[in-house]
Amino acid sequence: MAYSEKVIDHYNNPRNMGSLEKERLDVGTGIVGAPECGDVMKLQIKVNDQNIIEDARFKTFGCGSAIASSSLATEWVKGKTLDEALTLKNTDIVNELNLPPVKIHCSVLAEDAIKAAISDYQRKRNGAASQAGGHTT
Amino acid sequence: MKLPIYMDYHATTPVDPRVVEAMLPYFTEYFGNAASRNHPFGWKAEEAVETARQQIARIINADAKEIIFTSGATESDNLALKGVADMYREKGNHLITAVTEHKAILDSAKRLEKWGFEVTYLPVRADGIVDPADVEKAITEKTILVSIMLANNEIGTINPLAEIGAITRKHDVLLHTDAVQGIGKAPVDVEAMNIDLLSMTAHKIYGPKGIGALYVRRRKPRVRLTPIIDGGGHERGMRSGTLNVPGIVGFGKACELCQQEFEVETARLRRLSARLRDGILSQLDDVHLNGHAEKRLPNNTNLSFAYVEGESLLMGLSDVALSSGSACTSASLEPSYVLKALGVGEDLAHSSIRFGLGRFSTEEEVDYVIEKVVYHVNRLREMSPLYEMVKEGIDLKSVQWTAR
Repeated sequence: MAYSEKVIDHYNNPRNMGSLEKERLDVGTGIVGAPECGDVMKLQIKVNDQNIIEDARFKTFGCGSAIASSSLATEWVKGKTLDEALTLKNTDIVNELNLPPVKIHCSVLAEDAIKAAISDYQRKRNGAASQAGGHTT
Repeated sequence: MKLPIYMDYHATTPVDPRVVEAMLPYFTEYFGNAASRNHPFGWKAEEAVETARQQIARIINADAKEIIFTSGATESDNLALKGVADMYREKGNHLITAVTEHKAILDSAKRLEKWGFEVTYLPVRADGIVDPADVEKAITEKTILVSIMLANNEIGTINPLAEIGAITRKHDVLLHTDAVQGIGKAPVDVEAMNIDLLSMTAHKIYGPKGIGALYVRRRKPRVRLTPIIDGGGHERGMRSGTLNVPGIVGFGKACELCQQEFEVETARLRRLSARLRDGILSQLDDVHLNGHAEKRLPNNTNLSFAYVEGESLLMGLSDVALSSGSACTSASLEPSYVLKALGVGEDLAHSSIRFGLGRFSTEEEVDYVIEKVVYHVNRLREMSPLYEMVKEGIDLKSVQWTAR
């Protein structure tokens, strides 16, 4: 299968590859997919007081298109508010990376990873608010 | 060293220049139809075909008259299964094969099931080998044919055909083997192994594509087949169609070369494969060899690189031609059914790479591939959330994944 130039570029020069401290209260972590399916994506966001995603990181087990989809996702969510990030659609990733139909699931997974990271962050925040002054997990 | 490097010799092989040379006159000068019995053009073609038939028969210790030319191993497999099933349907309706067979066998068997035959698909051991005891247990009064491959195309595992042949002979059941991957790399002897039908193809042994053969035993027992292609009654009535004379000449020459160079070449391939395997295993943890460690083709190395997905690794190894058991390299999105049959977890099946060496592989190429594989596996593991979790002490089996 021939890859698009953008997929190859993300594969060779992944953006924001790595990890953030998942224990931090301002970090949300989303892990989606399963090893048996050949794709696991971890996407993390660091959110500031204005609800803006100021940093993002990914790690992906998966094909080149999965790596590129998650790399692109981190690029796109950076600098966005949580609400803006939630509007990102997998079809945007498909179009940007020129993914063939058989690779669309990679973009779906990246969209899921963003949502999972945001909901993890919000769960942490809500948990902290409800037990203000208490300890966080 | 020329790039890209070809290391996918199980898929196909380049035609040996000596084979090309042998074929060339049969395109232009000696272009006759081997079935033309009344002029020199036909005689010359027929003579070349008969020489090739002998060269091919010799490599499996058969008689030239027992070689039926086909378009390739897929046709040979179809003819063996469907031809025997139809011819012997009075005797019984049961066939036995194994789950790791090539699709040409499995899909033919499925077709026969639709036509009312019953098929037993034997499991394999964790090392990929078919247990002869399982074959014996599966045989019933209705069994007419057992079809077990000589060597597996993905993991290179070699089956104990002599033992299986002893069993099928004892029970008066025919034995077919798809020997495509084994010819020229593992010893094959239709007499010693009691093989009744055997599929082979030229393009895996440095011959041209589009020409194959089915060995059909003539004596003790005389095997009969219903043809699947009807026409002029060529090839003892078992396979009609004008013979592909240049292809047949090339196939014969390819067999002759494989036989002449067998000892030296298999030893060389075994050495190169060991170098490749040891070179990778000594530098990377969590790499699993798929298939039996010794009972395998001398040119095959099938490795699973845990925590790294196969297609992404192939993408990094862009100047090396390899194949992967990963779902992503197939249209079906299912990882290799062969690796699954071995009980290799699906995660490791997604992480597998098949290295196939051949006649034109060099030590320099092997060393280059080792270096590239180690570099890219390390790079992709840095990128792998699974590797990170394992390093943190998390048992991946205990994780609740969110599979869609």
